[in-house]
Amino acid sequence: MSTTFTLNGQPVTLEVADDTPLLWSLRDDANLTGTKFGCGIGMCGACTVLINGRATRSCITPTKQVDGTAVTTIEGLDPEGEHPLQQAWVKTQTPQCGYCQSGQIMQAAAMLKDFPDPTDEQINQVMSGNLCRCMAYVRIREAIKLAAADMRGAGQGNEPNDGTDTTEGAAS
Amino acid sequence: MIKRITAILVGLGILLLAVFLVYAWEASIPEQDPPSPGNFSQAMLEQGEALAGIGNCQSCHTVDPEQPLAGGRAFPTEFGTLYSTNITPDTATGIGTWSREAFHRAMREGISRNGAHLFPAFPYTHYTKVSDEDLDALYAYLMTREPVNAEPPGNDLRFPFNIRLLQAGWKLLFFEEGRYQPEDSRSELWNRGAYLAEGLGHCSACHTPRNDFGAEQTDLAYEGAVINNWYAPALNTSSLAPVAWTEASLYDYLRSGGSTYHGVAVGSMADVVHRGLGRAQDRDIRALASYFSAMAEPGSEEQAAQTATATIQAAQQRSAETLGYGEKVFTYACASCHYNDPENPSTLRPDLSLNTALRADNPMNLIRVTLEGVDNEEGLPGVVMPGFAELSNADISALLHFLRATHTDRPAWNNLEDEIERQRQEVATQTESAQ
Repeated sequence: MSTTFTLNGQPVTLEVADDTPLLWSLRDDANLTGTKFGCGIGMCGACTVLINGRATRSCITPTKQVDGTAVTTIEGLDPEGEHPLQQAWVKTQTPQCGYCQSGQIMQAAAMLKDFPDPTDEQINQVMSGNLCRCMAYVRIREAIKLAAADMRGAGQGNEPNDGTDTTEGAAS
Repeated sequence: MIKRITAILVGLGILLLAVFLVYAWEASIPEQDPPSPGNFSQAMLEQGEALAGIGNCQSCHTVDPEQPLAGGRAFPTEFGTLYSTNITPDTATGIGTWSREAFHRAMREGISRNGAHLFPAFPYTHYTKVSDEDLDALYAYLMTREPVNAEPPGNDLRFPFNIRLLQAGWKLLFFEEGRYQPEDSRSELWNRGAYLAEGLGHCSACHTPRNDFGAEQTDLAYEGAVINNWYAPALNTSSLAPVAWTEASLYDYLRSGGSTYHGVAVGSMADVVHRGLGRAQDRDIRALASYFSAMAEPGSEEQAAQTATATIQAAQQRSAETLGYGEKVFTYACASCHYNDPENPSTLRPDLSLNTALRADNPMNLIRVTLEGVDNEEGLPGVVMPGFAELSNADISALLHFLRATHTDRPAWNNLEDEIERQRQEVATQTESAQ
């Protein structure tokens, strides 16, 4: 009934039922409320967090499933809240109501690892599972491209804290 | 006259029965005190551990991970339910009193220490191929494990399948004893792979269909089969993999649980890769890759990349031409992780058009992974996929129909919704029995 994992760089052990959705463990037990509840069935992206650096819908992920992994939430993406995506979000005034934004940013952070210079098509394909009912899609795309350019320019020195990606090169 | 014929027939019957009993009867091998761990060298124990991994002993002989090899796992069969035995060196409930001779006989002839015939759910039909040296190392490894005092539940088999003596008849029909014989025309690596796969690895036990008596149909070796509610795909020329397996991709898959142009290891195969083969040395994984790549007309690496790109492109093109409900489900629930650049697909973003589960005649693997997801210990290490059991049967059915129609060139699946509901019930039953 306890799950041990790394949360935003810190080891944690949560005493919750194995099938409690990770979203509720994060919000209610770890008191990290930046991750939002949207649809509860993995279809809107509001609850997206990173598990070992991969974007995952926390509302349908049983807490037990993250045992031994590294989980990153919007609170841990950058200690100062100044991840290139967050800066780009501010610069482009992307959010309107803001509810879906933590999920959008976490999804975008994971995407930029796979597609460091994403095309419109790639952004559309990867980000379409993150719904924004304010229809900020155009600004979201602009912010992603801005951050991508920023990160490509910054190189290795500006690596965001998005969890230990233990899978990198595992099967290459 | 009639009396005389009857008498002769009865006499013959009794004689045949007597001959069968003499044939079927096996002597008990005396008990002995457990060997002292000092008898075995460190090298022998290490070899035994790797071999136990390749044989994946712990998967069938363990229920509680805290008590490895203590047996008790249920195996429902058409003949009733079998329970695996305790193979820790406990003297009362395990194999602590088994001599080396008794262990060798069990592995090679399927006969328990006390002379009882073992059921072929225990794959002695494969282990008979294992060398003396390897059996000794395995014996050393098992005899130095922590003894666990645990009596597994008794088998619950229907009459007459519960009569162990009849197994002698089964062996007469379906079992050939004998060590692995190398094929001189093949490389040393291939022969090593064949020895491991056909012997301890008992790969065909899952990947080959069985006959009405539960024996592997050797003429259909590696044609693929359903086992434990998973579909173990064909590994021979009937393989449905859109990109032909290569030695390198098989190595990646068997070593890490996934490879760029194929799906990942889930279900029982995740156990095989991560808990079993995880203990094997690299050269043995390469040997297995050599053996299996030769089995299904291997493609070249360069060709693999080209075929993968073409397959992904075709899937994306077909997807663009449809705008059905299933595509919407895919866009919202799946594409964020599974979309790929056709020119450069990523191992960490398994492309579904390259996945055998979508092309198989039986949709069970795809349904199960959609419902149950992929755990941290399955598939590629560290990549977690949540299950989508919250979606309705209609949603999942629409999604899978969409994937089948756009990501493969195979005919549509029938009765998907019923099959999804059936798998839901299976998952619920498993969860209950695990608690």
